Amino acid sequence: MNDSEESRVLSEQKNAHIRMIVNDEEIEVSFAAYKTLLEVLREDLRLSGTKHGCELGECGACAVLLDGEPVLSCLTLGLECDGRVITTVEGLAVDARLHPIQEAFADLGGTQCGYCTPGILVTVKALLDRVSRPTREQIREALSGVICRCTGYQQIFESVEAAVERTTEGES
Amino acid sequence: MKKSLKVIGKPTPKLDGHLRVSGKAVYGHDISLPNMLYGAILRAQYPCAKIKAIDVSKAAKLPGVVCVITADDVDVAHMSHKRDHPVLKKGEVNCIRDEIAAVAASTKEIARKALRLIEVEYEVREGIFDPADALQEDAPGINKYARGDEGKNIAQTFHYEHGDIEEQKAKSTCIVKRRYVLPRVTHCCLETSVVTADYSQSDGRLTLYSSTQVPFLYQRDMARVLKMDPSNIRVVQPVIGGGFGSKLDMYPFEPICALLSMTCGQPVQIAFSREEEFVASPTRQAMVIDLTTGADAEGRFTFREVEITKDNGAYTSWGATTSFVMMQTFSSLYHAPACVFDARAVYTNNPYAGSFRGYGNPQSTFALERNIDLMAEELAMDRAAIRLVNANYKGEKTGQGLEYATCGHKDALDTVIAKSDYTRKKREYKDAPSARYKRAMGFASMLHVAGGAKIYRSDGCGTTVKLDNFGHLIIITGSSEIGQGSETVLAMMACEELGIDMSKIKVINTDTDIKPWDVGVHASRTSFVAGNSLLGAIGRLKDKISPWAARYLKTDIEDLDYDNGEIGCKTSGRSVKIDKVVRELHFQDPNVLCMESYYYEPASDFQDAGYKGNVSGAYAFASQAIEVEVDTYTGQVKVLDVYVGQDVGRVLNPLGLMGQIEGGVVMGMGYALTEELVVAKGQVVNPTFHNYKIPSACDIPEIHFYPIETHDQAGPYGAKGVGEAPLIPTPAAIANAVSNALGVEINALPMTPENVLKAIKDRP
Repeated sequence: MNDSEESRVLSEQKNAHIRMIVNDEEIEVSFAAYKTLLEVLREDLRLSGTKHGCELGECGACAVLLDGEPVLSCLTLGLECDGRVITTVEGLAVDARLHPIQEAFADLGGTQCGYCTPGILVTVKALLDRVSRPTREQIREALSGVICRCTGYQQIFESVEAAVERTTEGES
Repeated sequence: MKKSLKVIGKPTPKLDGHLRVSGKAVYGHDISLPNMLYGAILRAQYPCAKIKAIDVSKAAKLPGVVCVITADDVDVAHMSHKRDHPVLKKGEVNCIRDEIAAVAASTKEIARKALRLIEVEYEVREGIFDPADALQEDAPGINKYARGDEGKNIAQTFHYEHGDIEEQKAKSTCIVKRRYVLPRVTHCCLETSVVTADYSQSDGRLTLYSSTQVPFLYQRDMARVLKMDPSNIRVVQPVIGGGFGSKLDMYPFEPICALLSMTCGQPVQIAFSREEEFVASPTRQAMVIDLTTGADAEGRFTFREVEITKDNGAYTSWGATTSFVMMQTFSSLYHAPACVFDARAVYTNNPYAGSFRGYGNPQSTFALERNIDLMAEELAMDRAAIRLVNANYKGEKTGQGLEYATCGHKDALDTVIAKSDYTRKKREYKDAPSARYKRAMGFASMLHVAGGAKIYRSDGCGTTVKLDNFGHLIIITGSSEIGQGSETVLAMMACEELGIDMSKIKVINTDTDIKPWDVGVHASRTSFVAGNSLLGAIGRLKDKISPWAARYLKTDIEDLDYDNGEIGCKTSGRSVKIDKVVRELHFQDPNVLCMESYYYEPASDFQDAGYKGNVSGAYAFASQAIEVEVDTYTGQVKVLDVYVGQDVGRVLNPLGLMGQIEGGVVMGMGYALTEELVVAKGQVVNPTFHNYKIPSACDIPEIHFYPIETHDQAGPYGAKGVGEAPLIPTPAAIANAVSNALGVEINALPMTPENVLKAIKDRP
């Protein structure tokens, strides 16, 4: 294959073009139309914080927020996201400071190898946006679709509860 | 008076916790190099077949494909400690994982498409999938590279014995003989296997971005396979998304990736899909254990006869050597006057096993602890009492020669018996009316190496410490971080010894060009071995610094106190900042560099040809009491409470320790209740999380942890290894609880609802 053939092969692939708001930033991106949101984020936007775990919607490592709701980015087509608002783990920090949920996970053992952590963090963010003081059962249920192989989940639950305390302290 | 400790024993967040929660941690899948290609591997379509022809011409012509390689294109040596594993398979396939060809292309989609264009003509053969069939006299040889010196289709055997079995049999009031069947399970690291190889044609150096947990053995193995000078191979470890023993061996995809890079002259990355991970990453060994044990009228154990047949799969990995650990449980857990142990790993056309957290010990503990319950029943003894009578003790030297300088076994048992309220609950459940839901408690203990394991030529670890001009400390350790928190524990030790704040300590541990040698992360050894190595290096550093500081403060070295970034004089209260000391040493005449190295080797023994000897620097003991509720209508087992008593020597970081305990128990629960990689005629039939169930957030019981502190002199601050222990007794304790609840014998795993219902139905 000569160079012009190769560049044709590669350019033909970027046949989709959308705008979306990713982590509070309005962006335009071109990509191959078959790509999932996970692939667009990781490969075309170089946001590698969102993780590839199974690409079958079974492990939750790739969870991101789409218009504030957790979705599995491996089951969401990039094309479905035109005009929509995406939050990934990189977008949780506020003014370069970690979000209280992130702080709590780092402080309380909520992350060991850390590979499931981005998906868990955005899932917890969505939970706390919806329910300000979730019960342990609500936390379990919210996280039931995100697999962690290291922690046994207990320190994850404790991290979520600590995050709740930290975020509501100022309010009471 | 013993100095009180500043950080050791206090909950301390992970050193790099903020990095891991920020999304900025760079894992193997996140590595992206300029001009990088994507590799993919064509695997066998059948578990046993002759390859009559391979045609890669169509794949090679696909636009975007840079190269295609098969066994004919490469000059490499075989892999594995038995040298029985070709990197790319030629002429025949013997396992569904077998690598036949590999492609490098400009995108992963093109690489995958190219695989579909490779034409392979097979002549399908009847495979052998049961070790018993492989042992038949007329069975064909499965692995043609097997040396065969231990018998046809036998990859490795182990024989161990101590004591007089016949004499002990004569003393036995009860003898229990059972067969235990343990399934194939797999690690399920959340990050799938990945490697990036970058070969530089200009200087002949190969850089591998690899998730290995044994970088120096990996470097050596890779060099042998590729016929390279090991020093021309640099192994860089990105952040690792889960290990659990899976990264102890090198696997074919890794040299294949290197070969693709060497062929193309470009960096190449190979990353597994989840399905490929289930099919082609290692497993815990499936095995059958035949165990006969005896006890006298008082319940004192007399003897153990063990025969184990492991399904090795088509090739040999470190997994075949799990017998090293398995025999320790039979020879040395509880009172064991006589033991004879035979194990063999048998070739089949199944996916080959590897090493997995616990290294055979969950299987041997399952068999032994089930037999103990059955002996208690036969002797009409209480299940807790029979264990207490036989518990290991401090100062004991076992039949195998393990020396227990400290031993928390009895304390661990006493603790979980008391904390679980066993005596009251036992009465309560016995008197409970027959109902749909049955509750009971089960016990199990475990013994595991906790101060390294001297099975390689050195069980050591090197460390270099460097103090900079601004009072920060760099620890360059041979050991690796795989998420278990060893970096944090090392930094805590340095903080304790030098009085330097945790925020001013960095740990460098990811590059074989920089870090000193270490045998790797395994055998629960890192806190113990790397910790002692670090303490040795710090001792040498202090030997350089303290004399200057003592002169400056006009006092004796013994009067110095390292605290709060300063070196102080205990009597006068005067002090000097540690960074000032470093600058003075660096810039004085003669100049003195504040950097020191140390190599630590545990004071353990190599075992002799009969596997006797004190193989570890310390031993961990643990007991678990687990309470379950079984739904007799559905067969569903619910784990209610897990009580863990574990001899950890001394608690270093309670936060990290708790994470290891809870994570281990839950991993053990998965092995007990839901996990099985189902292999039918050599094909993996459930390669998805949907069909291979690991515990989720909804399945988690209450875990009550009671650390037993025995302060082992050999360990750093008295600590022992902890990483593997928590999962080892869990399946056994759950099986004992379920058996007790239902009045059945659970002698196989997993205890899925259908298997539990079957046990109820088959109840005599």
